[in-house]
Amino acid sequence: MKFTDVFLQTSTKILVFIIMTFSIFILFAGHHNPGGGFIGGLITSSALVLLYITFDLQTVRDIIPVDFNQLAAGGVIVSVLTGTASFLFHVPFLTQTFTYVDLPLLGNTELASAVIFDLGVYMTVIGTTMTIITSISEDEK
Amino acid sequence: METFITIISGILFSVGTYLILNKNLLRIILGITIFSHATHLMLLSINGLKKGAAPLLGENATSYTDPVPQALILTSIVISFALTAFLLVLGYRTYMELGTDNMKHLRGNSHE
Amino acid sequence: MTLLHMAILIPFFSVPLIPLLYKYVHQIHTGWFVMVIPALLLILFASYYSMQQPLDPVIYSVPWIPSLDIHFTIYLDSLSLLFVLLITGIGVLVVLYSIYYMSMDREKLHLFYAYLMLFMGAMLGSVLSDNLLVLYAFWELTSVSSFLLIAFWYHRKRSRYGAQKSMFITMSGGFSMLLGFIILYVASGTFSIRELIALSDQVSQHSLFIPAMFFILLGAFTKSAQFPFHIWLPDAMEAPTPISAYLHSATMVKAGVYLVARLTPIFGGHQEWFWTITITGLITLFIGSLKAVRQSDLKALLAFSTISQIGLIMTLLGIGSIALNSQYSGSSLLFAGATVAAIFHLINHSIFKGCLFMMIGILDHETGTRDIRRLGGLIHIMPVSFTLTLIGAFSMAGLPPFSGFLSKEMFFSGVLMTSRNLDSWFIVIPIIAWIASIFTFVYCMILIFKVFTGPYQPKRLDRKPHEAPIGMLISPMILAALVVILFFFPNWIASTLLEPSVKAILPQAFANGEEWHVHISVWHGLNTELLMTIGIVILGTLLYKNFHKFRNMYEIIPSRFSLNQAYDSGLVGMERISGMITRFYMTGSSPRYLSYLFVFLIVIVGGSLFLQDAFVLDLSDNAPIELYEYLLGFTMVAASIYMIFTKSRLISIIVVSVIGYIVSLFFVIFRAPDLALTQLVVETISTALFLLCFYFLPKVSKYVTPVKFRISNAIIAVGVGLTLTLIGLTAQGHHLFVPIAEYYKDSYTLAGAKNMVNAILVDFRAFDTMLEIVVLFAAGVGIYTLINLRHAGRKDQ
Repeated sequence: MKFTDVFLQTSTKILVFIIMTFSIFILFAGHHNPGGGFIGGLITSSALVLLYITFDLQTVRDIIPVDFNQLAAGGVIVSVLTGTASFLFHVPFLTQTFTYVDLPLLGNTELASAVIFDLGVYMTVIGTTMTIITSISEDEK
Repeated sequence: METFITIISGILFSVGTYLILNKNLLRIILGITIFSHATHLMLLSINGLKKGAAPLLGENATSYTDPVPQALILTSIVISFALTAFLLVLGYRTYMELGTDNMKHLRGNSHE
Repeated sequence: MTLLHMAILIPFFSVPLIPLLYKYVHQIHTGWFVMVIPALLLILFASYYSMQQPLDPVIYSVPWIPSLDIHFTIYLDSLSLLFVLLITGIGVLVVLYSIYYMSMDREKLHLFYAYLMLFMGAMLGSVLSDNLLVLYAFWELTSVSSFLLIAFWYHRKRSRYGAQKSMFITMSGGFSMLLGFIILYVASGTFSIRELIALSDQVSQHSLFIPAMFFILLGAFTKSAQFPFHIWLPDAMEAPTPISAYLHSATMVKAGVYLVARLTPIFGGHQEWFWTITITGLITLFIGSLKAVRQSDLKALLAFSTISQIGLIMTLLGIGSIALNSQYSGSSLLFAGATVAAIFHLINHSIFKGCLFMMIGILDHETGTRDIRRLGGLIHIMPVSFTLTLIGAFSMAGLPPFSGFLSKEMFFSGVLMTSRNLDSWFIVIPIIAWIASIFTFVYCMILIFKVFTGPYQPKRLDRKPHEAPIGMLISPMILAALVVILFFFPNWIASTLLEPSVKAILPQAFANGEEWHVHISVWHGLNTELLMTIGIVILGTLLYKNFHKFRNMYEIIPSRFSLNQAYDSGLVGMERISGMITRFYMTGSSPRYLSYLFVFLIVIVGGSLFLQDAFVLDLSDNAPIELYEYLLGFTMVAASIYMIFTKSRLISIIVVSVIGYIVSLFFVIFRAPDLALTQLVVETISTALFLLCFYFLPKVSKYVTPVKFRISNAIIAVGVGLTLTLIGLTAQGHHLFVPIAEYYKDSYTLAGAKNMVNAILVDFRAFDTMLEIVVLFAAGVGIYTLINLRHAGRKDQ
């Protein structure tokens, strides 16, 4: 399917960036405020879906040359590896930890291993959702 | 409020069940979706509603709603999404291959 | 994990390796590698045996499922040592024999040896386990491996039939045994045999104690082919002969004997135990020997003789158990003699029957037939085979100078003891035993003289017979030598193996520390036992000479009423009934199946709610409702009802997303921001998916057939809704436990997160989340496969 709606295309170009930025914010905000990997991933995917609906599949693929299947698999691997990292410290699987460090510019910042885990969730959600959507729309009728 | 929501989700359960018992594939999938909505609402209402602030410590409230059902439901939403998507594609493929989404016609041959 | 645990596990570990050896090493027969395992195990177990003094029981325990009281406990005393020595010792010989018996080119050796090792591990496990449930698991595993081995030549119909039959009979016995074990657990609170023996007084008070005894005996009797469950053993002879020698005469069928012996300390003091075992054993002994005489297939003859001989051992164990009966405590040590005979005969039987089976295998291998009517006059062609068969058969017949003579004499003393020390009408027991022994003598003679003497009929044989290769003869030679050695030196094992075994079977009888020793001597003077043997030889010879005159007596019972017939028609009937039931409810219609689920939900959940009278409606704690909330709720209800009536695909998809969005609004109202956000985005993406799949397809019509109103569906739907609503309302009224939410309110100190929901997801319950994304990923992969890989499949076609 291909729409040639100028209004939609123009607004999408701007909207996608706003939504993308927001989704990244949501991903990292999840630790203290509503949000997290699931929501972030789903919002990013909805931005990409919007792109697909507005432009056609090939165009989007040229802009974002990512294999979503691999992204999803990568996400699962990141999450699992975060869990196994706890073996190095002789604590049970998936024990999360956090610490506070002083970073230049950012001041006192919290670093939590849970965020890396959430990043894996985020990647899996995007990868899977986009695999589903692209698979169906690519299917020749 | 809790009683109200429980009754509403009961109605949703009924409608979902009725659709699931249907012969049309699309209606079955939609019925499952409605069923899971009803489940989420009921889970939340069993625990008591509006009993405090959102479970965010940044709110600095004196009491918070129970975060456990919320975490449960969040997981459930994502899983039902995966399930719905899979069923949809299964139904879609069935339709493309066999030209029907009526369960009655999908029963295979009588000599199984 | 100790060395003994490893000893049980090593055969299992070898199972996956054997096919590799078979595949990559072509020059050497796989059996040579396999033989190493039983040989090593034999050395290991033999190191526990000492000629000077009996073994002190050793016990090693590894917790397996401690919460269910299941421990992998190994208990090695003289009784189990005796069994493991038989299992590994005969195991070595059988593998050696099979190397020559099983052709390397034609047979699937990897399967053969893999199953064999599976069996050996399972058998070792069953005789070494102290925990009843572990014993049960290994016990069933021996049935499984026996099934696989009987069906080894699965292209033959008889093999499949025999395998199925043995499986059915032994497994149903196994189930009932499990039931018995569970009752014992309920009565005592432990699965350990050691502890059960210690608690036997308490256990026997339980009202289900006698049923438990019968359930367990059923397991033992089916496994040991006791009447009326013996019918599986002759059909199991379809297995390759090394298997028949190993499983179906020397080891597996002795598992029931082992179980009876092992549990005698618990049950032995009860009349029912004595009566059941003794009577079953006697009937089996009698019927087995009677039927063995008329068989024309040599293996069938041996099968019936095995049945009869195990019946003999069972009878002795039954008589021996009187020693534990408090009524006869004065003469208890006398009855212990019967148990000695049982154990001694068990050893002898394993040895001579193993030898005989191997000889039959050789005959079959060299002449191509096992039919007595086609064989004869082989004494000059196969002199070594003749000698070995003679030794085995004479030992079975109970003639000197072979070990069978000793145990046969002890058997006679055992059965005579009942009439001497109990009521006088017990004299029937020795009489039945004596008649059965005459038939035993007859079939032993048939085995020797019909095959090796008489006219030689080369025309009726498939190939030209000659003496077997030396490799094939080694194993039966060793066994035959043992038969002779045990006759002359029975006391080598008397005080170190037999005596402690008997003390393990009848511990209570020796509780007062009375001096008691086993001494086996060949010559007792001219007593009743010897006269009985002489009578057997005379009458047996007469019967053998005139046997053709008695053939007609077998025609008295028509074959229509045989046990086999009953089994076969039972099988057919069972298949027909289960087919009928399945066809009744498996209609192939998914609404039908789903309605079963829903009806069960209503009946079980709703029904128990009703029966327990648990419904509570508590409105006091309800939160206030605003007007707009009513509005949202009613919109949702209206939308959902509209769903049922709309015909358009597009509208039904949109209506469902309306419901979804309202749900997310409710999440906002209910202070669940994470849920609201997620629900909102999920709803958007799933709506896009629905449209993609079901709307923009050219082939799909925009409308679906309207829902046909079905009253049954409507009733089920309303029932489900009602049940779940009542459950929900009831759950609000009951607060059984303190919510665990308080714990998570410390999420900032525990996980450094201020968002509790997120902290639960990624930290406290991260394992759930990890598996959840795996599910998500799996769904994605599934969809990808469904769409993209179907073309690959088409190309292949």
